[in-house]
Amino acid sequence: MTSKAELQSIEEENRELEKERAKIARDGPDLTGAALAARLERTWRRPPGIVGWLSTVDHKEIGRRYIVTALIFLALGGALSILMRLQLARPDSNLISAARYNELFTMHGSTMMFLFAVPVMEGVALYVIPLIIGTRNGTFPRLNAFSYYLYLFGGLMLWGAFALNIAPDVGWFAYPPLSGPEFSPGKRADVWAQMITFTEVSALAAAVVLVTTILKARAPGMTLARMPLYAWAMLVVAVMIIFSMPAIALCSSMLISDRLVGTHFYNAAEHGDPLLWQHLFWFFGHPEVYIIFLPATGFVSVIVETFCRRPIFAYPVVVLALVSTGILSFGLWVHHMFATGLPRVGYSFYTAASMTVAIPTGLQIFCWLATMWDGRPRFAVPMLHVVGFIVTFVIGGLTGVMVAAVPLDLQLHDTYFVVAHFHYVLIGGAVFPLLGALTYWYPKITGRMMSETLGKIGFWMIFLGFQLAFFPMHIAGMMGMPRRVYTYPAGLGLELPNLLSTIGALVVALAVLLFVINGVVSLYRGAIAPDDPWDAASLEWATSSPPPVYNFAHIPVVESRTPLWDVDGELPVVTGLRVDDKEQLLTTVVDAEPDVREPIPEASPWPFISAVATGVLFISSIFSPWAIPVGAIPVAIALTAWFWPKDMKRQPEPVII
Amino acid sequence: MKTKRVTAATLTLQLGACSYQTYQSDFANAGVEDRQFLILFWIFVAVCVAMYVLVIIFLIAGIARRRRAGDANVVETGRHHQSHPLLRGGLIGWAALVSTGLVGLAIASFFADRTMANAAANEKLSITVTGKQWWWDIQYNAADVSKTMRTANELHLPVGVPVRILLRSDDVIHSFWVPSFVGKQDLIPGRDTDVSFTPTKVGIFRGQCAEFCGVEHAHMAFVVDVEPYGDFIKWWERQLQEAQPPSTPLALVGYNYVTTRECATCHTISGTPTGGRVGPDLTHLASRHSIAAGTLPMGEGNLYGWVEDPQSIKPGSKMPTIDLEPSDLHAVVAYLETLK
Amino acid sequence: MIRSVRFTEDLSHLPTHKFGTSSITWWGVIGFMVIEGVAFALTFAAYFFLMGHEQGWPPEGRPAPNVVAGTIFTIVILLSEIPNTSIKKAALAHDVGTIRALMPVMVVVGVVLLIIRAFEFNSLNCLWTDNAYGSIVWALLLLHTTHILTDWFDTVVLYALVRTRQAYEGRRMEDVDENSLYWRYVWLLWLPIYLMIYWVPRL
Repeated sequence: MTSKAELQSIEEENRELEKERAKIARDGPDLTGAALAARLERTWRRPPGIVGWLSTVDHKEIGRRYIVTALIFLALGGALSILMRLQLARPDSNLISAARYNELFTMHGSTMMFLFAVPVMEGVALYVIPLIIGTRNGTFPRLNAFSYYLYLFGGLMLWGAFALNIAPDVGWFAYPPLSGPEFSPGKRADVWAQMITFTEVSALAAAVVLVTTILKARAPGMTLARMPLYAWAMLVVAVMIIFSMPAIALCSSMLISDRLVGTHFYNAAEHGDPLLWQHLFWFFGHPEVYIIFLPATGFVSVIVETFCRRPIFAYPVVVLALVSTGILSFGLWVHHMFATGLPRVGYSFYTAASMTVAIPTGLQIFCWLATMWDGRPRFAVPMLHVVGFIVTFVIGGLTGVMVAAVPLDLQLHDTYFVVAHFHYVLIGGAVFPLLGALTYWYPKITGRMMSETLGKIGFWMIFLGFQLAFFPMHIAGMMGMPRRVYTYPAGLGLELPNLLSTIGALVVALAVLLFVINGVVSLYRGAIAPDDPWDAASLEWATSSPPPVYNFAHIPVVESRTPLWDVDGELPVVTGLRVDDKEQLLTTVVDAEPDVREPIPEASPWPFISAVATGVLFISSIFSPWAIPVGAIPVAIALTAWFWPKDMKRQPEPVII
Repeated sequence: MKTKRVTAATLTLQLGACSYQTYQSDFANAGVEDRQFLILFWIFVAVCVAMYVLVIIFLIAGIARRRRAGDANVVETGRHHQSHPLLRGGLIGWAALVSTGLVGLAIASFFADRTMANAAANEKLSITVTGKQWWWDIQYNAADVSKTMRTANELHLPVGVPVRILLRSDDVIHSFWVPSFVGKQDLIPGRDTDVSFTPTKVGIFRGQCAEFCGVEHAHMAFVVDVEPYGDFIKWWERQLQEAQPPSTPLALVGYNYVTTRECATCHTISGTPTGGRVGPDLTHLASRHSIAAGTLPMGEGNLYGWVEDPQSIKPGSKMPTIDLEPSDLHAVVAYLETLK
Repeated sequence: MIRSVRFTEDLSHLPTHKFGTSSITWWGVIGFMVIEGVAFALTFAAYFFLMGHEQGWPPEGRPAPNVVAGTIFTIVILLSEIPNTSIKKAALAHDVGTIRALMPVMVVVGVVLLIIRAFEFNSLNCLWTDNAYGSIVWALLLLHTTHILTDWFDTVVLYALVRTRQAYEGRRMEDVDENSLYWRYVWLLWLPIYLMIYWVPRL
């Protein structure tokens, strides 16, 4: 199938290309400084305008969009929680009807878990990780962009449904048979299930990007043993996403299938089982909470290192703790099902496993506290959030140990005690470190410093407001208040805890508002940030604030766990990388030795177009199964156009157009 | 007739348990199982508080430690890759302490679990509770079939006697929870689960569905009346009796309506031609403490309100609002009040 | 605070494509294979979970699927590994001619398999609306059919690209190598599904 003529012309072409290859401009002693910066800027910047905006493949732009979108959903989900708290402030209240309240708590939980918590962690990672490991971009940049648009469309679909008064009302966990065709007629539960599909496909794509970036694109010399703890945390998290999210994609698809085409996966009357849902859901659901928590431990490690002026004590122990938490978290899910009447012998295993998972986390806490003790802590706003995290999260961890015990859980499950527990671990354990991390990396992302004063006020407000809002819920649960109730009777002693919770929630809402105001105002009024305002150790601080679109003028070489603290102002770098086309250096997985020079794709609108086609497929399949084969065609066309080279001319070195 | 909506506050006052705050509370300590729970709970609290105090002490030590200028292992002294020698031992000690603590708590948990399982092993009383949106269909089982008895939304139990409640669901997942006695168990369609416990205090208690089951999940409660054994047996025997025939003309009109019109499609009153199984058994409705699964306290005004317009009190419940003529309403309520 | 740089090694000699674990697309493909593998593993778990509730399988004494179409399918897909391996070897050797000759075979094989698959659906002796057994069996077969369809489409597009001069790019050989790897995954996953649908009910 290859004629002699073709082979001959290819050989001629190869000789020409070889000659051209020698003329390619590369960075190095001959091309550095301002001249290099100008050429890299021209090569790496994306086209301007709306089309350019939709075609970006820059991890920093995509990461920023994730973060901003997630914070908007935080605000929306938070507003819902204020409405819920207003309804619950008094007993027998009819401020909000039962039906509407059920929509509110479903939207609150779904928004917080799927549209805020996981995406914000992904967004920060997509922004920071390539910088902190010393590379020019994330791998698979177009997949990265696609994952953002899918996430956005999923969130818009859910909130669009809310605006159109078909919001889901079956809880964020949507147990059948309640969420099945018989007891939830209409399209509300389908909207929920399809939002899952959007966000899970998006998260899986982002996870593949993160795993491959962390394993293959690290700077030369950044062996796994020298990798920042935040990168370890995100590696573990990305692998966890890959192993856990298919479970919820599967069970939510089975739910849509039961509702739309008459399957009986969850229908006990036809040999199905409602518990099949619970097993699959919680197989995802338990690792999910660690997917939210472990990135926060990465934030804590980074912040403690910088503000205590030394690397984290016992780095190998922290790495082992991250990995073992990730693995163990897959063996706990039945602790969400202790009240379902499964064999007691099996439950004992899950009690033991659920308690065991506290050990690696306890070790991480020791290591952070040891670093503080052995170092010289400075309590800037990020470090304050770390202290708030320790004080708050540990309480949540300990109430978690309590509910791991079956006899305790049978009283406490499905009550406000559990609501208190998971808000302590999610807000204390993830949101506090997140606010610290956003403050910490704000100068790198925007080039300005946030207001220290507003930050301190905001910290104390959210810390104290949180305790007021959520501690009384432990009491309310033990005094008989179940979850997911739109009101409660007077005379059970629930009035006082609920009123306190409502007041606390209002304080927390104000604190979040203050943080947002700080973030927005500082964009215009904040002090200009130098490259390295905190005098930190990791590579993202070796470039400007904000970084140029190509991240680093030269790719650094790493020789320790704290590179910037150990190079005495002179950063070793490699040379020879292309300047007139986008190129990324791939290194080996364990030892980070230079391996391959990989072309990076040009900006492309096809990820956006594919996401639109996929979105149309997902949304229309809520209404008819035929949407799947029909809707798959535009998706296939868009994906083909994405992959197909836009210029078939052979280049001296490969480019991806 | 102006309907009088009495709130659940009046219900709670009417229930008048020994301590009004603990008749739906883990702290009631009114059952063998709840007592075990409380013991285990306080053990866990003690150990967890101790661990928390240690963490806070370490945190404060780190914040408040006096460091001499050249001493710290920080980047400014160039010793940031070294650590204080005490810390290694501290880490090992901490790991050992946490592990030991957790093992101890796990063992305590297993013991409590086994104690509870043994305590309820010799149930003398068997009840089947079927959860429905949004009420509890209750059947008292007996070896002698003629003694089985159906009621709704209210349990009477003899104090000190172990009881086993078989749990089923006809529609969605519910959860049977009466915190004063025992932990909860789910009612799952297609599965049989059960909960066993022994109430130890006489009094009136309240339980509530604890698994989100739809729009009126918050109004799916039930009352548990724990009585001395003799009173309990008398109650059971009264429940076995058929409904009294109507004795006043107004009640007769009501009887005719109830047994021949809409009510009979869903409800049963034994001793009458009604046979509906969709809704609660009404044979001894007026002897119960509450209406509509704990939503309203029993009373004439509330009966009026409920019969006239259930959808405004419990919107979404399966009992439709029927446009009754005022005369029919009076008659029906008059008849229902005779169902003691 | 970084004030200057110190130049170390020159990396311009590094290749721009390599096969296997040095290839970033290899990692991406593995990532997606793991995701799909987990989804299938959980579907298998669901199958056995539902089966564990029953005394007989299929429940209610209904007939098991007819093995003929499924067995023919299995034989054809296993045989397809022969041209597939040749293609994979040719990719590693940058042998464009062999690839161009054999890829159409894989395209035809894909169409044949899809036709046999249609017969399989028809011989399952159950519908997805019958009961949970019918639902899970159709789900397994449908998931695998999607697998075949997507890989077949990938193969068609890749074949079209390999027909052009782009075939002589080293990166295209990486793509062909990984496409062949993925085909192996498709039939490997089929084997447990085949056993579950056709033979577990007969145990």
